[in-house]
Amino acid sequence: MTALPLEPLPVAPEAALPPAPRWRGLREVNAGDRLYRAALTGVALLLPALLAALAGGLLASAWPALRRFGPRFLWTSVWDPVAGVFGAAPMIVGTLASSLLALVLAVPLALGVAIFLAEFAPRWLRQPVAFLVELLAAIPSVVYGLWGVFVLIPLLRSYAVPPLRAALGWTPFVQGAFYGSSLLAGAIILAVMIVPYIAAVSREVLLAVPPSQREAAVALGATRWEAVWTAVIPYGRAGLIGATILGLGRALGETMAVTMVIGNRHDIGWSLLQPAYTMAAAIANEFSEATTNLHLSALFEVGLVLFVITLAVNAFARLLIWRVARGTAAGSRAL
Amino acid sequence: MKPVALLVLTAALLVPRPGPAQTTLTGAGATFPNIIYQDWILTYNKAHPDVRLNYQSIGSGGGIRQFSDGTVDFGASDAPMTDSAIAAIGGNVLHIPTVLGGDVATYNLPGVTATLRFTPDLLADIFLGRVTKWSDARVAAVNPGVRLPDQDIVVVHRSDGSGTTFIWTDYLSKVSPEWAQRVGRGTSVNWPVGLGGKGNEGVTALVKQTPGALGYVELGYALANGLPAASIRNKAGTFVAPTLESITAAAASAMRAMGPNTDFRVSITDPEGARAYPIASFTWLLLHRQYRDAEKARALVAFVWWAVTDGQARAGPLGYAPLPRELRPWIEAQLKAITADGKPVWPTAAR
Repeated sequence: MTALPLEPLPVAPEAALPPAPRWRGLREVNAGDRLYRAALTGVALLLPALLAALAGGLLASAWPALRRFGPRFLWTSVWDPVAGVFGAAPMIVGTLASSLLALVLAVPLALGVAIFLAEFAPRWLRQPVAFLVELLAAIPSVVYGLWGVFVLIPLLRSYAVPPLRAALGWTPFVQGAFYGSSLLAGAIILAVMIVPYIAAVSREVLLAVPPSQREAAVALGATRWEAVWTAVIPYGRAGLIGATILGLGRALGETMAVTMVIGNRHDIGWSLLQPAYTMAAAIANEFSEATTNLHLSALFEVGLVLFVITLAVNAFARLLIWRVARGTAAGSRAL
Repeated sequence: MKPVALLVLTAALLVPRPGPAQTTLTGAGATFPNIIYQDWILTYNKAHPDVRLNYQSIGSGGGIRQFSDGTVDFGASDAPMTDSAIAAIGGNVLHIPTVLGGDVATYNLPGVTATLRFTPDLLADIFLGRVTKWSDARVAAVNPGVRLPDQDIVVVHRSDGSGTTFIWTDYLSKVSPEWAQRVGRGTSVNWPVGLGGKGNEGVTALVKQTPGALGYVELGYALANGLPAASIRNKAGTFVAPTLESITAAAASAMRAMGPNTDFRVSITDPEGARAYPIASFTWLLLHRQYRDAEKARALVAFVWWAVTDGQARAGPLGYAPLPRELRPWIEAQLKAITADGKPVWPTAAR
């Protein structure tokens, strides 16, 4: 390589620049800064403190029931306020079953909506459909419950359960008489309620995938659907899992709509057609009229169990996202 | 100078003028009588503007708790306080009945327009899950001439704790030894069968939406919404329909078992009496025997006496059965026992 006969460009010597400020050295600059830092630290610590206070309060109020029943509370099924015997197993199973079933129903639908809106919808259709989906999230829970009682359950009874029974009647999941209020109705209502949350977040995640990913897939010969399935979705999988967990969290805590259609029965069974109960519904139903201290304490213990389950689900979600996102470039940014 | 003058003038106008001395009374408790209590409070305040009452219907359990803690001046409950709860506050409570309520068995049988009839043991066995079909021989035996479909009986009960459930389970405990032993009585029980609806509205919605359903709702609710109501056979053997008169008759019949020194902590389900409806109950106001503030105690006693005398006329139109007139002297005896600072409050309250 021939050297060009040019003068080297003048470069400002390092010494002419002021020394780079050291951040640590600024910490003790003046009282105002110290106050600012202290105030921000206080506010930041407020939320974990609130969480700890909530947990502490629940624990303190649930203590009589904890001491009386011990771990048996989690696996016995009898809920008898008159005899003073309380077991939360049907509620725990009902909460988990209805939420997971709602997730199974909602995730394909929500992902489908998100993919449609992000990739395939014509430009004029995107905003209106996105707006309508987000509108679903704005509908109050009680209105969903009313719709469930007066519209969904008759529809299920007339049009959905007979074919379901014909197709799956041999499984333990579709057994027994269908009286309307059931685990199935509860799960469907929950699914309708969590679709907008999952869809909105998933759509944002998919829109944030850089176009280079799609272009690369198409350049390698992929069809449009293949490009989405092999390049876009794996890139955003951390965010999609996060969206799903968001929906699950909403489903676990939903109270009013569920209590109106789930039948409110302390029973565990395999069939989707029989009535069930959830923890949030039980607390909402029985709290104001609980006369004995043990009953009240048992309800607080149910609240504590729900609290712990929600924390566990969120912790698991964090772990899952971290592991899933490790391979992708978006991993560190998706969180 | 001008803005200052304006400021001073505004301040002078905003200074509150001293008015007549006001007594404020707070109460909390049962949801069932909330409508009549709010009506009474409004009406009483118009006639006595110096007395302000405030009632929050947070539920009987909450009412008893707040009354026991002294947070409110009076409580309200659909079920009487238990002995242990009374002992916990040193016996410092009086139960004053205010109105009567009752439970109605409502059902949904498409194609059946006649009023159905039930016997006590049949009702108990349906709610125990022993009788499961409308076409059962026992149901047909009590309803001759009614063509009953071969449908499942879908039992509907309350999922939330309530006085309505207390009345229903109290009645079933009296008429069915199996129910008393297996389930018992309470505002919230371990139901052997059935779907749970939240509130009277929830039960009504479930019954209306489920063919073959049988549930129980409060009388006022059933009257206001025109729900089908079954007739129940009472102790005397007559099938009685739930009406305001039959429920008042239940209280009148139960008086024979009470006696003038009663503390009113009695259940009046399944009473004697030919015209008595068997599933009725008092709802009570809880007052302390000893109050610290004489002024408040006087105002409270005056209000309660007005409610159980003049206020009874307002109960019927709102769907509550009024107390029988014969009960008034007994209630008066109870109210006379209320003291403040050791001195009885009654003589100065009666007007």
